[in-house]
Amino acid sequence: MSGVRVLVGTRKGAFVLTSDGQRKNWAVDGPFFGGWEMYHLKGSPVDPNRIYASQSSGWFGQLIQRSSDGGKTWEQVDGKFVYEGTPGPHKWYDGTPHPWEFKRIWHIEPSLTDPEVVYAGAEDAALFRTDDGGNSWQELAGLRQHGSGVLWQPGAGGLGLHTIILDPTNPKRIYIAISAAGAFRTEDGGETWKPINRGLVSKYELPDPTAEVGHCIHHMAIHPSRPDVLFMQKHWDVTRSDNSGDHWRKVSGNLPTDFGFPIEVHAHEPETIYVVPIKSDSEHYPPDAKLRVYRSRSGGEEWEPLTKGLPQSNCYVNILRDAMAVDTLDECGVYFGTTGGQVYCSADSGDNWTPIVRDLPAVLSVEVQTLA
Amino acid sequence: MIRVLLPYHLRTLAKVSREVELDVPGVVTLRATLDALEAKFPMLKGTIRDHVTLQRRPLLRFYACQQDLSNDSPDTPLPEMIISGKEPLFVVGAIAGG
Repeated sequence: MSGVRVLVGTRKGAFVLTSDGQRKNWAVDGPFFGGWEMYHLKGSPVDPNRIYASQSSGWFGQLIQRSSDGGKTWEQVDGKFVYEGTPGPHKWYDGTPHPWEFKRIWHIEPSLTDPEVVYAGAEDAALFRTDDGGNSWQELAGLRQHGSGVLWQPGAGGLGLHTIILDPTNPKRIYIAISAAGAFRTEDGGETWKPINRGLVSKYELPDPTAEVGHCIHHMAIHPSRPDVLFMQKHWDVTRSDNSGDHWRKVSGNLPTDFGFPIEVHAHEPETIYVVPIKSDSEHYPPDAKLRVYRSRSGGEEWEPLTKGLPQSNCYVNILRDAMAVDTLDECGVYFGTTGGQVYCSADSGDNWTPIVRDLPAVLSVEVQTLA
Repeated sequence: MIRVLLPYHLRTLAKVSREVELDVPGVVTLRATLDALEAKFPMLKGTIRDHVTLQRRPLLRFYACQQDLSNDSPDTPLPEMIISGKEPLFVVGAIAGG
């Protein structure tokens, strides 16, 4: 029987939530790595029992954990991420040059074809890859050494590479996004990169609102059937590109606010997308204290609030960029986690929501595996 | 035999009880002790010292014999009471709330 496994990273450990295809009754396992910040966990699309996890701590640095049995047991693999060469400076908060310093891995993206190959997005921004299941990591330094690197500047949350999208139709093409450098694309497996930020407008964040780099992108998503169509939640603005990021257009439409963090695409409807509007960059909680997921069935512009089962008063949580995901069951499931420790599930594409758990530590990431 | 007391999270990683014992060859310095610790427990590499610079992680401290050795040269011989095994070397995480 089909089922789902939800991988939840929190400020104080990781949790694994499992259910059958009905998605009504859940088993909650964890915390794994209790007390550690678990920025992200993600399973291999090729071998769902192979899961990788980013484990970090302000005291003890960065570790990577690997499971080969679906998250029941874990083994520590290499957590050594070393920038290639002498990492020349990016721009610091005060505008001065600042050397790259490794802090943590924000996002893990297993290969679509090989469970031993994994990409990892780092703060300070860089892309790493392992070909041996995490036993060693090498930087794809062409990204950091892109000529614009000296202009990259951290946002308040750090200079993090948080989004990695592998094109399912072209193994040489990868999209990534960095706060606050922007989006980039490679067509040669990561050797060379091109900024893809035309059409983005950041009038409150950048002195030149249409600069080639510097945009604070919060998250990007694609539907696997249309890898040339990208959706983006920027700091402000929800945008889309229909030409692999060469040009973006704003599709915020009737959203109550277009500030937010996650954006996801329905598993079976490439024009159905989800965001969670947040009041502003100064007040990181839902507008009117109502937790509302917004769904567009037209790829943006026209949005409808989804509220059934979600708190509609006194709600002041945030939903972070990697804390939303979808499953691929016939009736697409949508999931998200909050900084208040709730993980919500909708088993009907967002029409109705129920909390799987209510009282976890602050949720940093949510990923879903659909199990045969 | 050098005795080392590790903080909770590092004991969990290393799968050890509160105290570990190490054979440290040559002059017993902090560097030699940490080298021996990481050789015996490779999962601790990078957790006490930075992988590349081998600098102490900022929120960790080294205490021994009622002294804070955190900012001493890592090549200074450790106190005799540590070398003789009468006192342990403490690896301590900085106090934090939350």
